[in-house]
Amino acid sequence: MSSAVRLFVGTRKGAWTLTSDASRRGWSMEGPVFLGHIVNHIVLDPRDGRTALMAAKTGHLGPTIFRSRDGGATWTEARRPPAFAKAAEGEPARAVDHSFWVQPGHPSEPDVWWAGTSPPGLFVSTDAGETWDSVAGFNDHPMYWKWAPEDGGTPDGALLNQVVIDPRDPGHLYLATSTAGVFESLDRGASWRPLNQNVEANFMPDPYPEYGQDAHYIALAPTRPDRIWQQNHCGIYRLDRPGERWERIGRNMPEEIGDIGFTIIPHPRDAETAWVLPMDGTDVWPRTSPGGRPAVYRTRDGGASWGRQDGGLPSDQAWLTVKRQAFCADQADPLGLYFGATNGEVWASADEGETWSEIGRHLPEIYSVTAAPA
Amino acid sequence: MIRVLVPSQLTSYTGGASELQAEGATLDAVLADLDTRFPGLKFRVVDEQDRVRKHMRIFHNGEAAKDVAAAVREGDEVLIFGALSGG
Repeated sequence: MSSAVRLFVGTRKGAWTLTSDASRRGWSMEGPVFLGHIVNHIVLDPRDGRTALMAAKTGHLGPTIFRSRDGGATWTEARRPPAFAKAAEGEPARAVDHSFWVQPGHPSEPDVWWAGTSPPGLFVSTDAGETWDSVAGFNDHPMYWKWAPEDGGTPDGALLNQVVIDPRDPGHLYLATSTAGVFESLDRGASWRPLNQNVEANFMPDPYPEYGQDAHYIALAPTRPDRIWQQNHCGIYRLDRPGERWERIGRNMPEEIGDIGFTIIPHPRDAETAWVLPMDGTDVWPRTSPGGRPAVYRTRDGGASWGRQDGGLPSDQAWLTVKRQAFCADQADPLGLYFGATNGEVWASADEGETWSEIGRHLPEIYSVTAAPA
Repeated sequence: MIRVLVPSQLTSYTGGASELQAEGATLDAVLADLDTRFPGLKFRVVDEQDRVRKHMRIFHNGEAAKDVAAAVREGDEVLIFGALSGG
């Protein structure tokens, strides 16, 4: 019997939750909380099951982090949200426009959280999100303005869009940016180096630069943390450490679908299996379901081949856009997959992507969907 | 005292009050005084580089204020608005 799941849905106009029954077939929606606030990300801490952080701002007010200590029932504001240091004389003055990604720290560091912001910034909290400090190893790195140029180009603002932690080592971190690709730290963020060999950046003079790529999403295979999956602006990649050279496994996707998208979701118990949700990346990059026919694609052999899964999804004239934080999995067996679209629909599969059903609709533009045990 | 009017976007911090009294010799000090009583309010209006946020407006005695270092005096009026923005 699968256990019940709760989804936290962040939208451009507030946050909602969807809670399933034990079969994950019946769902109920609650909300909104913070109606009118722009909610980029909500994450329930898997380490304690009750602390949750929400990255939010409004159209007028500056960015903040809301905290819950009761699983999302009540929220208070962080005492000191992520903010850059005061600029030195002659230096560009950075201000956090919005926090984009909140990441629970390593299990051995129970109150540590990490946050990525726009413009690109890395912040850490050691008190479960109450106060935040700038991580100088990235934010003040001598290469920062090369890695995060002021004219970063990303439509909604340049991003440090992810922090990923090696489950075997709290000091081994990866991060993803929209302006310079993937980085690795072996010293808990004190120093960083680019990790982008063989990843394309077809919008740069050198299409395979040391940095400059747009890493939409990275994920470690939970049962093989040396395996990194990446959905990049320019395709789907895999890297097996200690290797340094990414392999474009998206070349094995059907040509008419392509390998552009925002997210890649690894199977929590099978290092060969992952899912992508393709977006049309042709000509002017419409970023909608290719052909108006939404589907996920699954590999079960490390990316050597991909199979289409679209049971229950609209078969025609459905031009969904699913952003990078809005496609996720639970931990149940069989695995549940979920995505939210910018048109306010939420879709769920309780059978590892084979069949899908719509479990929510009419929400504002969806920015993020995360899953936790109910 | 300085009379401060805050917009609806900030009344979640002020217990619903839209008219406040504050002390300070500059706009920044007035906002800091408010922040001691209503924690978090200032950062939603002014960023970490002391710039008024893009979609907020501060008027000091009826004049648009761009610099929070501007001096204020006893009896002055400070109006904070959420600027017009899209849907």
